[in-house]
Amino acid sequence: MVLYNLPYVAVVVLTIIGLGTIVLKQNLIKIFLGIMILESAVNLFLVSLGYREGGIAPIYTNAPDRVMVLPTPQALTLTSIVIGVATTALLLSFAIIIWKKYGSIEIGFLRRLKE
Amino acid sequence: MRMSKIVRTGACILYPLIIIFGLYVVVHGHLTPGGGFQGGAVIATAAALVLVAFSHEEIAGMVRKAFLSAQESLGLLLFIGAGILGLLAGAPFFANILANSGLLFGLPVPPGPNPGDLNTAGVIPVMNIAVGVEVWGGLAIILVYLFSATGGERT
Amino acid sequence: MKKVLVAAIFLVWAAGLCTIPLFLSFGDPAATDMDTYFIRTGQAAAAANNIVTSIVFDFRGFDTLGESVVLFTAVTGVALMFRARKEGEEHEDE
Repeated sequence: MVLYNLPYVAVVVLTIIGLGTIVLKQNLIKIFLGIMILESAVNLFLVSLGYREGGIAPIYTNAPDRVMVLPTPQALTLTSIVIGVATTALLLSFAIIIWKKYGSIEIGFLRRLKE
Repeated sequence: MRMSKIVRTGACILYPLIIIFGLYVVVHGHLTPGGGFQGGAVIATAAALVLVAFSHEEIAGMVRKAFLSAQESLGLLLFIGAGILGLLAGAPFFANILANSGLLFGLPVPPGPNPGDLNTAGVIPVMNIAVGVEVWGGLAIILVYLFSATGGERT
Repeated sequence: MKKVLVAAIFLVWAAGLCTIPLFLSFGDPAATDMDTYFIRTGQAAAAANNIVTSIVFDFRGFDTLGESVVLFTAVTGVALMFRARKEGEEHEDE
């Protein structure tokens, strides 16, 4: 049963790794890496929700005559990936600005962010 | 920081190949896996390769940020213009009026699995190209800005 | 003390999360009416072989418009951040 649900197990592992990185780490770059891993978990969850048993990709170009997987979760995952790239670019720019201003990206060091 | 001659020559050889592959992914977005966002990201990888292989001072003379920014804005305007095309024809916004019309990209497709024809799908290839241009410019200008920011001293 | 509390809450949450795969079934989605409709009629309606692209750019065009605007806004934000920093450095130094 668990082995059959292997993609969902991978989603759970990725979620635990990502949120654990966000909660337990102090470095801003590592926190951003945790956010990216969490995004990957969400994307994998969306795509594996739309899988049908023995399905092929929903593209009719030279397709074999078999059942197709659900196309809507894949389209929404595409949206999610692009927005993830945009937010990651903004987060990394914030990290560069903070490093130039304070000389450190350890959140324990950045006292002025806490108040 | 300057890479060795092997890396720079390899980047010069790979750069046009990556761009051609990205353009293929963009243009064939309605036939094969791919599309505007994916192909634009592939082309932006070429920009990242050149930025890594050469030093930032060499690249800063070659690349104009205003040009990349204008390219990104042009892509978004082209995308919205492809949506307004439906309004001009009396259909709703984002209506696919070019499909099955016999005009540009207007051939009908046979039902079921078929080999695929590039001249189909109506307004979708136009939007693919627009989004590809936008993502190309946007990701390339993000990379250029990040590289130019990490090069300097801390203030 | 605070770190121990955070770690304990995190462990309990992770253990709860580990039970989720027991309740889901992979390869058998529950509601497929909309996607079946798209697969059946999407090829003729949008005249495109790739159903995912026809959903992204035709059936859900407004979604993609918002996505493009988000990307544009992020790029504008990055550009403004570094550009303001460069020009402001001369008269912002203390």
